[in-house]
Amino acid sequence: MKLHPILAALKKHKAGVTLITLQIALTLAIVCNAVFIIGQRIDRINRPSGIDESNLFMITQSWVGAPSGDDEGSVEKLDSMQRTDVATLRNLPDVQSAIAINTLPLVNSTWSGGIGLKPNQQNSTAQAAFYFGTDQMIPALGLKLVAGRNFTPADVNHMGFRGHNRPPIVIVTKALADKLFPKGNALGKTIYVDRDTPSTIIGIIARMQVPSPNSWANDWFWNSVLIPTRLDAGFARYAVRAKPGRLQAVMQEAPKALFASNPMRVIETGTDFDETSVHSFADIRAHAYRADRGMAILMGVICLILLCVTAAGIVGLTSFWVGQRRKQIGIRRALGATRSDILRYFQSENLLIAGAGVVLGAILAVGLNLWMMRQFQMDRMPVLYVLTGMLLLLALGQGAVFAPARRASKVSPVEATRSV
Amino acid sequence: MFAYYLDLALRSLKRNKALTGLMILTIGFGVAASMTTWSVFRAVSGDPIPWKSAQLFVPQIDAWGPVVQKNNPDPDKGPPDALTYGDAVGLMRDHRAKLQSAMYMISPSVIPAVPGEHPINTMGHAVFSEFFPMVDVPFKYGSGWSAADDDHRAQVAVISSKVNRKVFGGGDSVGKTINIDGRDYRVVGVMDDWNPQPRFYDVVNTGGFLQQDEGVLLPFNTAIAAGMSNDGNTNCYESPKETGFVGLQHSSCIWNEYMVQLDSAADAQRFKDYLEGFAREHHPGWAPNVRLHGLMAWLDHEHVVPPDTKISLYVALGLLLVCLVNTAGLLLAKFLRRASEIGVRRALGASRREIYTQFLVEAGMVGLAGGVLGLLLTWVGIAGVGWVLPRDIAALARVDVSLFLTTLAVAIVATMLAGLYPTVRAASVQPAWQLKSN
Repeated sequence: MKLHPILAALKKHKAGVTLITLQIALTLAIVCNAVFIIGQRIDRINRPSGIDESNLFMITQSWVGAPSGDDEGSVEKLDSMQRTDVATLRNLPDVQSAIAINTLPLVNSTWSGGIGLKPNQQNSTAQAAFYFGTDQMIPALGLKLVAGRNFTPADVNHMGFRGHNRPPIVIVTKALADKLFPKGNALGKTIYVDRDTPSTIIGIIARMQVPSPNSWANDWFWNSVLIPTRLDAGFARYAVRAKPGRLQAVMQEAPKALFASNPMRVIETGTDFDETSVHSFADIRAHAYRADRGMAILMGVICLILLCVTAAGIVGLTSFWVGQRRKQIGIRRALGATRSDILRYFQSENLLIAGAGVVLGAILAVGLNLWMMRQFQMDRMPVLYVLTGMLLLLALGQGAVFAPARRASKVSPVEATRSV
Repeated sequence: MFAYYLDLALRSLKRNKALTGLMILTIGFGVAASMTTWSVFRAVSGDPIPWKSAQLFVPQIDAWGPVVQKNNPDPDKGPPDALTYGDAVGLMRDHRAKLQSAMYMISPSVIPAVPGEHPINTMGHAVFSEFFPMVDVPFKYGSGWSAADDDHRAQVAVISSKVNRKVFGGGDSVGKTINIDGRDYRVVGVMDDWNPQPRFYDVVNTGGFLQQDEGVLLPFNTAIAAGMSNDGNTNCYESPKETGFVGLQHSSCIWNEYMVQLDSAADAQRFKDYLEGFAREHHPGWAPNVRLHGLMAWLDHEHVVPPDTKISLYVALGLLLVCLVNTAGLLLAKFLRRASEIGVRRALGASRREIYTQFLVEAGMVGLAGGVLGLLLTWVGIAGVGWVLPRDIAALARVDVSLFLTTLAVAIVATMLAGLYPTVRAASVQPAWQLKSN
């Protein structure tokens, strides 16, 4: 197939060709970046929390008229109320395990701080989130200990929630251990979570997300520290695992049992996520990633519309050109061109236009990504996205042009003899 | 004449139904995607208090100093976005603005007067008496408390209509007693429905958008005396030296928000100068680092409009642009195909201007039809964002008259713009050449 006649024909439609080239270029630029955003959001949503999420739910409740002071008497009273609640929950027939813990992964409530390797270190070595609970945290949440040991009941103490966080021993995630001690010898080492008080790493767990699913914690997403301390406050969170198949039933039962043991408390039940206090972990996960999921869906819908519009545009414009050139096609056919010659002519023409479009589009796509990196702290888009996008659009063009091109190939040589 | 062009346009559009349909669909989808994302953007970037936002300011004071600022990723090295208790109380004591209030977020439980009802959770703020006139809190019954109540730590409360309904069953509850976190308070005011979005006086803790409304407002000093803890963020660069709530009050942790009303630029400048002096006096260890943002600048500084909302809007506008380029291409092909018709009309005496009108009317009709389809799709889109976006943001996106008109206007104007070049080309057809060639 010679290029010259195609170029000569395209020169007669400069404006139309420019418009369709521009359209393909813009489509490529937008689709590449949108698909890149979708990919990033899916990656985020698929990050494992590190805990066993099946049949798990969380109750957030506060006591009314509970001691609000920070004195020892108040703290002891709150501690006993919390232990009573945990016992109440554990005694329910369908409950497999129940613990009090200050927060859970994907629950947007974080106590975080800097970890140092020396006392009073000015700039911390790593940022990390703290989980306060007992020796039951690891078994109840299904966390995997990969080195060292779990806390024992004797290791566990308690303090008021505005107390000083000074644990003598801690368990850390593998990610944090490797960040603090890159040689992989974190077990038994001393770290500083509160300026000048040393804490010894007695165990390492495989993985546990920090509570915040938001982007501010992106850089230290796996840096969690388990602290063997019950936090005593006017409110408490309980992570409860139901026996298989009994989740719904226990979620109904648990608040009732807590009210029965002490009615002076707030446990809201209702439909609004932010105002209710009993959530299955599946709901917590859906809520945490709702914005990411929404963004991915939105970008997906826009990409779909874009590709459809561009494909339809190619079909429409090519159909017009075919209609316009019926006479020329007839002459070519009369002069001996086969049907497949005509088909190939239109396909080559489209390949030429789409080829120019995707080259321009690739430049626009990279430019758009650079702009978004500056404007929205977006990551750099891998070249693979652009290359895949280019191929996709070339294929789309060939697919779209096929129907009109086939119609063109069916033009009879007799057309050459007709005047209009 | 216009009616004649409408008739011509209709005939032309009917001649090639598939192509007309394609153009209408393209415009419809492009406009709907843009208007849907625009409605969300409009909702989150609006001015929550347009009659007054120019007079409201948020002061910032660097209570942490250069040691901490060294790690501040912000190139501006601005102070933290909240105040220490010491600074907040110090500013209140000096009382230099026309109206001002320190505040912190609380979430107390309220015990209903009706026996047998479970206690309810509320969200609110501890504020000073000037908060009410400063942010124009609307009242259904009663009013805010007095400055004397601030000073005497009076046991008074302002509650929302919703709390009023839940606790007292509605009605004028001024003077009644309400049990908040186990203590008795006298109700002095019941707010009318009031749920400003963004929650401009405390975007630091609310992130801007909250469905839950302000349930309870208590005097700042009373809440502090009651040991009512802060439910907003507490940000510390070092642990408090003493434990407990008192320890937090004495610490360098930041957990208090602050807003002032300053009526003129001169007042704002004077207040800024005063802030510098205040910082020099209270944080003598380093050069004063203070800011005084106007409300709208503050909302921008705190990134109240989520980046996702902006990205979605830009991507949707990109889609609209592609749709317009597409429509321009199709109109061009369509118009040029009618070169011989144009030639005949021109030869029969139609001026170039009349050809312009004829084809722009045709483009406008496509735009109108696209706009009507776009309206329907926008309506579907706005219902759809409720399913996919975070609820507190999605709930704000609405179809109203202005969105309705904007959608139609955008569709028609955009399509006519797309039709401009094809029309120019059509009008420049040489009649003689067209007549000769056939």
